[in-house]
Amino acid sequence: MLKRTPLFAAHQRLGGRLVEFGGWEMPVQYSTIVDEHLAVRRAGGLFDISHMGEVMVSGIGALAFLNRLLTNDAARLDVGQGQYTLMCNEKGGVVDDLYLYRLAEQDYLLIINASRIDEDVSWIQKQRATVPDRAGTKLENQSDSLGAVALQGPLVRAFIDKVFPGPFTGGHPVAHASDLKKNQISGTIFLGAMAWIGCTGYTGEDGFEVIAPGAVLEDVWTQLLAAGHAHRLQPAGLGARDTLRTEVCYPLYGHELDAQTSPIEAGLGFFVSLDKGPFIGREILAQQKLHGTTRKCIAFKMTDKSAPPRPGYAIWGSGADASKIGVVVSGTQSPCLNIGIGLGYVPAELAQAGSPIEIEIRERRSPAVIVAKPIYRKEPAST
Amino acid sequence: MSSKVPPDLKFAKSHEWLRLTGETGVVGITDHAQNELTDIVFVELPALGRKVKAGEPCAVVESVKTASDIYSPVSGEVIEINKAVSDNPALTNSDPYGAGWFFKLKIATPAEADALLSPADYSKQIGQ
Repeated sequence: MLKRTPLFAAHQRLGGRLVEFGGWEMPVQYSTIVDEHLAVRRAGGLFDISHMGEVMVSGIGALAFLNRLLTNDAARLDVGQGQYTLMCNEKGGVVDDLYLYRLAEQDYLLIINASRIDEDVSWIQKQRATVPDRAGTKLENQSDSLGAVALQGPLVRAFIDKVFPGPFTGGHPVAHASDLKKNQISGTIFLGAMAWIGCTGYTGEDGFEVIAPGAVLEDVWTQLLAAGHAHRLQPAGLGARDTLRTEVCYPLYGHELDAQTSPIEAGLGFFVSLDKGPFIGREILAQQKLHGTTRKCIAFKMTDKSAPPRPGYAIWGSGADASKIGVVVSGTQSPCLNIGIGLGYVPAELAQAGSPIEIEIRERRSPAVIVAKPIYRKEPAST
Repeated sequence: MSSKVPPDLKFAKSHEWLRLTGETGVVGITDHAQNELTDIVFVELPALGRKVKAGEPCAVVESVKTASDIYSPVSGEVIEINKAVSDNPALTNSDPYGAGWFFKLKIATPAEADALLSPADYSKQIGQ
């Protein structure tokens, strides 16, 4: 039996096409993926991300525990701030990638991937059992009671205050939700329940993620859609979420990241803080930062009209005597660039931007070129 | 959304249509199929002169999300392909029974066409 989010009925009413995703029945699209993708780039899109998991870590030992568990430096977070971070195993492979928010002095919220909730929670519990001050570190998996939506796009800041007028009583002190800057999070009471609004997202656009109890989530959804109507806000599905994140090269667990892949190979070394003291996987990650890795995650663009690249397709060097050098892990037709794009792993010495490569699509090789990340970069706003 | 099912065509269970003119037949995908796929971004057609069997995968349509095989509804030889649809795959979405046709066959076994679905049966299959 697939799990359903608190917004399931709302998706049905909107005509969303529901598909299986990581054990959940989720909308892949309401209109079309391209339509929703372009709406997010030009105006706004509202996504149900309630399938994602929420784990609270709190107490006097929380910070020390999180800094042992995660790769980024949690000590850099002020109350009301968040950071992208990774949870690694002893071999430096990724257990999950996640967002860590500091909600209060000793209260932290971890937003984890839907498909990883069970593994993550048992991994975190196992690690907690090994630390001496575990009595001072409380864990609470709130994935079943909390839901979340992502409000993304260049116009969403114009109307978010209508739905969340404040006051903001937790996290970062702000007068208005629209005052939140990148990675800041603030809490407010919405219909009697605590709603957290974080300025972050997974699309490369400005926007917010709203985390609230499942009981009020449909009101959050409906009120945001109503407030955004005049600003061309549309509901958007997981299809557009995937094409949007691929254009800006954000990793997706199970594609760019897995237990055999390190953050350094994935190009996420920025989120691995070696100077914060010991953490799980540190020895190997430090070696990799110093000496490099054997393979690297690259972004590429098809250079000719071709079928879109897909995960699992082989990557070849260019030329008649070239050999197979790697594999595609994410690929699609870019709705903004109107050409096939993707991410893949190749040997580090071949991972130069500008290098020609070929993608094997149904036994034929089509030309492509390695490009700098992100593949799509927003043009500066016109004045 | 209700999909168009023209009365003068035959249909395969796998959502291709066949328009018969004597011994030749034109093949494309149905309005229902293009509605399901949405945003078709690439169409790969069979080579001219290729002999295909009924039910054999001989073309590919790619939407943003997935690649789908297209099966020939009948056996025959490919005598014409629609270059316009490979140049502009969106024709499959905008005009699936007209400008978005895929290929033309010289039909080998006319009896196979009789075994295809009528418009009424195809409508039933797609729940209309």
